[in-house]
Amino acid sequence: MTQSKLTINDLHVSIEGKEILKGLSLEIKGGEVHAIMGPNGTGKSTLASTLMGHPKYEVESGTVTLNGEDVLDMATDERARKGLFLAMQYPSEITGVTNADFIRSAINARREEGDEIPLMKYIRELDGKMKFLDMDETFAQRYVNEGFSGGEKKRNEILQMMMIKPQIAILDEVDSGLDIDALRIVANGVNELKSPEMGVLVITHYQRLLNYIKPDYVHVMMKGKIVRSGGPELAEKLEESGYDWLKEELGIVDETVGQEA
Amino acid sequence: MTVKINTLFNKEQITQQSNAKNEPEWMLELRNKAYDKYRELPIPILEKTKIDKWNIDQFELPPVEMKAEQLQKLPKELDSIVSSNMEERSVLVQKNGACIFQQLSKKLADQGVIFTGLDYAIQEYPDLIKQYFMNILSFDENKVIALHTALWSGGIFLYVPKNVDVDIPIQALFLAEKNGILPHILIVAERNSSVTYVDHRLSSDNDNAIVHNSVAEVYVGENARVRFATIHNFNSSDYDYTYRHAAVERNGRMEWIIGEMNAGNTVSNNTSVLKSAGAVADSKSIFVGTGKQKTNFISRIIHIGEHTESNILSRGVLLDNSTGIFNGITEMKKGAAKSNAEQAENSLMLSENARGDANPILLIDEYDLMAGHAASVGPVNPNDIYYLMSRGISEMEAKKLIIHGFLEPVVSRIPIDGMREQLGQVIERKLKQ
Repeated sequence: MTQSKLTINDLHVSIEGKEILKGLSLEIKGGEVHAIMGPNGTGKSTLASTLMGHPKYEVESGTVTLNGEDVLDMATDERARKGLFLAMQYPSEITGVTNADFIRSAINARREEGDEIPLMKYIRELDGKMKFLDMDETFAQRYVNEGFSGGEKKRNEILQMMMIKPQIAILDEVDSGLDIDALRIVANGVNELKSPEMGVLVITHYQRLLNYIKPDYVHVMMKGKIVRSGGPELAEKLEESGYDWLKEELGIVDETVGQEA
Repeated sequence: MTVKINTLFNKEQITQQSNAKNEPEWMLELRNKAYDKYRELPIPILEKTKIDKWNIDQFELPPVEMKAEQLQKLPKELDSIVSSNMEERSVLVQKNGACIFQQLSKKLADQGVIFTGLDYAIQEYPDLIKQYFMNILSFDENKVIALHTALWSGGIFLYVPKNVDVDIPIQALFLAEKNGILPHILIVAERNSSVTYVDHRLSSDNDNAIVHNSVAEVYVGENARVRFATIHNFNSSDYDYTYRHAAVERNGRMEWIIGEMNAGNTVSNNTSVLKSAGAVADSKSIFVGTGKQKTNFISRIIHIGEHTESNILSRGVLLDNSTGIFNGITEMKKGAAKSNAEQAENSLMLSENARGDANPILLIDEYDLMAGHAASVGPVNPNDIYYLMSRGISEMEAKKLIIHGFLEPVVSRIPIDGMREQLGQVIERKLKQ
């Protein structure tokens, strides 16, 4: 398989008329782990939702391509089938649909009619991945995210990622609400998949996740764009000293975006 | 508009029918009394559904056929919906009110279980029938029930003696081709017994408009358990009026599983009376509305005994120009202390022109109890669709998954595989239209 590549160029995005992303550019290649850090309200999650095509977000200008194809022109499901994956901060609960059926539908959506994944093979694979993520086997037959704790939902997102095997995985605040053990398990899931075929974009405002998922590149977002990029040492510095030094250096007083009254 | 005088049936005709079926005197008396009430009573007024222009009584009675020709074996399309266990299954098929196929497992017969057409049962077991018939609900409750009592024809008598557990579901099919269809279901589960009864009602593919006016009475004895599953699948030109009532004794348990799959106008009333301590009722129903059909559903539980428990779950999916009114009524009488009642009515609106209404009603005369209700009416949550689509599932497939999931609590409870599959197919077909 060729190396995958997601290219974001000068992206401007608004929600309900308010501009949230103000010219964001980024390139992620298969095998790389990028981390986007930044305080709350700086547009991190807007980036994740825009890449996946959430209808609430309006792209004003800029381009996003996956392996050269225009992503912004595609509906959400097509983006997913082309290889984008978003582990969501707040996954939906779908009553009456079992996790096993849901994930199987997702896999089969990528295959031709008549070429569905054989059931036994699927079950074996699902069992294996669930074991890896330390999920109780009852989760396969429980309804999607219904009654799951915060940590269980996050694990379920990673389970889907491992089953779907995307080309570019975006993890939106996947560490929020996780204890250390769960965090390690989730990180293991990501690391397990890391290969030249998959690039990862980790969105977080805590550095601690990055102890487990080692980023190759760290980007800081403020006011709707990337204001500083560097290596893992940038994350460590932010953990030690916070964001104030950077704001001072850049002459930013209020780092948030779209929140003025 | 002038009121149409119904000349289709009269007392003379009722007497003829009753005689032809060799009914005891008390039944004819009851029919005549009920006929007078039917003439006297006004058309029932339902919450948010006007039925004055619905066809309640414009139909011809099916002829009395006590000796209808019996099928030696079931046609293939019916065979697929009945239990596949040939040896032990108990099945009864009625067409336009006449029995055309009947089988009771030998094991059950030996244990004293009775499962036969009600028209026959009244001759064979007149005392048992007299004890329970139109006892659980009253013939003069409204015009539709009075009409049913006057004209009922066909239906089932299922009797389970005390301490008998019926482990294989008992099954009935009601086929309607024309005229009025008025089956009466009478189920008596004596102390410590248990039984699952499943029926399926459908009209054939023709243009004859059918009026289906049915009553089910279920007596759940002390510590007995009855599960009643039913699928109604009448055509768009048909009218369906169905009243189901259960009386539940001490520590008894009544479970309703109702698939309302009609394409035509429907009134469905489902009532359980928890008469004494520890009685439990669980009432689950689903509905998929299509076309211009108008429907009114009532799920009602009356708590009388203390420590009684109930749960109502109604889910409707409304397409096209359909209307679905869902009424959940929980009444907790004085003395129903330490009781617990929950109810939820949810509707998914899949069309701008569909109308859905959920009315949870709690009527409480006692202090020391728990009662809760929830209701929702709205479109499919766009965030849920987005979530499924973000995994590569198409928008249409995502909606289908969400709808099937929404109806799952009832579909998964249908006790016979063949019927569950058929219900799934009916839902699928309705969603495709």
